[in-house]
Amino acid sequence: MTDTAAAGTILRLEKIVKTFPGVRALDGVDFELRRGEVHALMGENGAGKSTLMKVLAGMYQPDGGRIHIDGLRCVLPTPIAAKEQGVILVHQELSLAEEMTVAENIFLGELPRSRFGFVDWKVLNRRVGDILETLNVDFGPRTKVNRLSIAKKQMVEIARALTHDAKVVVFDEPTASLTDAEKTVLFDIIGDLQERGVGIVYISHRMEEIFRISDRISILRDGSYRGTLVTAETDEDEVTRAMIGRSLDLSRTSDARVAPGEVRLAVRDLSCGKLFRDVSFELRAGEVLGFYGLIGAGRTEIAETLFGLRRPSAGTVHLDGEAVRIGSPAEAIARGLSLVPESRKEQGLVLGMNCRDNITLPQIDRMTSGPFISGAREVEIYDKYQARLEIKAPSWRTMVKNLSGGNQQKIVIGKWLSMAPRVLIVDEPTRGIDVGSKSEIHNLIRELAASGLAVIVISSEMPEVLRVSDRIAAMHEGRLVTVFERDVVTEDDLIQAISGIGEHAA
Amino acid sequence: MTKSGPLGWLIRNPIWVFVAIIFVFFSLSTDRFFDIANFRNILVQTSTIGLIALGMTLVMINGNIDLSVGATLALAASVTVDAMGWAVFADWGNWQILPAVLLRLLTGVAIGALNGFIVWKTGVDAFIVTLGAMLGIRGLVFVYTQEQSFFATNFTYSDFDYSSVLGVPTLAIVFLVFTVATHILLSRTVHGSNTYAVGDNREAAVNAGIRVGPHMVVNFVIVGFFAALAGITLSTQMGAATPNLGREFELWVITAVVLGGTKLTGGAGSIIGTFGGVLAIGMLRNGMNLIGVPAFYVLLVLGTILIFVLFLDKQLNRQGDEEIRL
Repeated sequence: MTDTAAAGTILRLEKIVKTFPGVRALDGVDFELRRGEVHALMGENGAGKSTLMKVLAGMYQPDGGRIHIDGLRCVLPTPIAAKEQGVILVHQELSLAEEMTVAENIFLGELPRSRFGFVDWKVLNRRVGDILETLNVDFGPRTKVNRLSIAKKQMVEIARALTHDAKVVVFDEPTASLTDAEKTVLFDIIGDLQERGVGIVYISHRMEEIFRISDRISILRDGSYRGTLVTAETDEDEVTRAMIGRSLDLSRTSDARVAPGEVRLAVRDLSCGKLFRDVSFELRAGEVLGFYGLIGAGRTEIAETLFGLRRPSAGTVHLDGEAVRIGSPAEAIARGLSLVPESRKEQGLVLGMNCRDNITLPQIDRMTSGPFISGAREVEIYDKYQARLEIKAPSWRTMVKNLSGGNQQKIVIGKWLSMAPRVLIVDEPTRGIDVGSKSEIHNLIRELAASGLAVIVISSEMPEVLRVSDRIAAMHEGRLVTVFERDVVTEDDLIQAISGIGEHAA
Repeated sequence: MTKSGPLGWLIRNPIWVFVAIIFVFFSLSTDRFFDIANFRNILVQTSTIGLIALGMTLVMINGNIDLSVGATLALAASVTVDAMGWAVFADWGNWQILPAVLLRLLTGVAIGALNGFIVWKTGVDAFIVTLGAMLGIRGLVFVYTQEQSFFATNFTYSDFDYSSVLGVPTLAIVFLVFTVATHILLSRTVHGSNTYAVGDNREAAVNAGIRVGPHMVVNFVIVGFFAALAGITLSTQMGAATPNLGREFELWVITAVVLGGTKLTGGAGSIIGTFGGVLAIGMLRNGMNLIGVPAFYVLLVLGTILIFVLFLDKQLNRQGDEEIRL
């Protein structure tokens, strides 16, 4: 910023303290944001980033500290008060009313009114139409949100930032489910906001994005402020060290590769309606097959079909050479197939149950003595996987919702390992998990393969598939384009394959 | 998947298919059904649960429920009939109806406000709060009336349900006017939009700055108002207020609303659907009565239809083969 007037501080948080029962979530955090700046906020999960932003957005009341916007001290008792001060938060988790239209969602809580409290639909649809145009999306104001893909819903969420004359816009993990094309649009919008002198707070786990768009990086660890770095003068390693307090070992340490064994799973011409068509691949014991593609390419749906959640419209599946027709998850489990689902909180865990009960959930009918559940046998299983996966939980009695994302994911993996599977499918193993736990999960997947398990890893993150896979299946719009060998594939090959560029040549 | 045109409309409101079927069926089975006088009858008979169902639709789209409407109706009716006998109003002539009716509506509004306020401030589920209110208010009715029925001595009041404007019964007009008004409230106003938003995703509504608590109180007040108003039909028809007035009405009302496509989980529903649900119940009761079917068979048929309509709704509005199976 050359313009000195625009380079001033627009937002200053001083010594913000927020405590929840038993936890000091924010311990005197400082944060300063300038006009026209993209300021990245980084930290592991649980470091307090989202809490800090909720304080800023008027959703939480701080127990101590001061908020200054434009040099004036502010109290933000409600989300509306924050909006009126020009602070807009774009939520990480979709905060949309599914049955309502795009327009109603974008202006939720502040629909334009004509007289007598009637909604002014004309003004609403016109303003939303304008916003959607700048976002370059293919849906209109009247589309119902439940008809949109996750990525498009995310764009609706982002559109909310453009309804106000914002001074500060906070993006909390905005790209978690966006495709590359939509990311480009988002970064353009951020650029526009910057030029208008808006201060941007950008929260993300993705280093490449942080280094691409941010000006400065502030770091939180365990609820306290760990300093601010100028992006141009630092590197990933320094940021990581500040975040986790140590350097990250990114080499494939436990890369105990074994020669692939016999074919465990053979899939021929599998199709399911319009979701995916003619998918064929083989998976051998001791091997990790990565599935890479954009959101909606059909990867998760393949996993769900193999697991008996969806009925294939065509094709065959062979398990250990035997043709099988899996009609339900129960059958899949009986045949040695396990699925660690995409969203662990919704699909993988019973959050209000303790660690032990979550791990033994699929086999609870076997854990009985007489008519009663045998707690001792359950604890035995929990202890075994707690040790093997290094799950960090105070005890088996801890409710799963109180664990960190990484440990929650280990509980889900432990649950399926305890079923002694021969084929393990892991969908987005590290979504929303911080850097430190990520590499632990990656090592774990390699170890499991080395122990003779056949593993499928579905991921939207290129570094992840490259790191854990032996072979990588690239998918584009419901078709399996190519299966690449890990050792020869380049990032370019993958990007071309998943965006459908090399499809005809391959 | 969203179809427009009449077919799409029917897929979204399957209850109207049933309304048509029931209508044709009874028109063919008895010549007393297809008759203007009988249609008037149906509208008068359904206006009671119909009025409450309007308010209940709002509360249920909010993701709440109000089980206390039957008891509220009884208390309000008792207050009215009692108040008309008060010495203060003795020489007001027919004007004594006015303060009595105002008192009644005030009772309904107050109970609604109290229900809503408790749900808002305690965060206790509306089902539990209004279950408590249902029991408590019914008890209050018995205390208040000392288990006696109050008889209206004012004949203008007790003849009210025979009155009509331009040949249409006044009660039917009241019901139809409020149906249209509530439809407009729900589909055109900011309050209506917020009603859907709060029921659809309460957290999103809070995040968006909607004051969810006060908003829900307003809808509880509306249903309380309608419950009190609905008591007019009942107590004028009987010329009395009995302590047991409006028993099980909450079940009829909820049945009508659910038949009309409002989701128990909130976020979806419409007054058009509720109106269909109310008519379906009204025509069934009336028609089966006309062809001489004992009243308890009505319950059997209604229960079957309730499950069938919801099954149909699920079938028509599912996502096709690609849906995940349970």
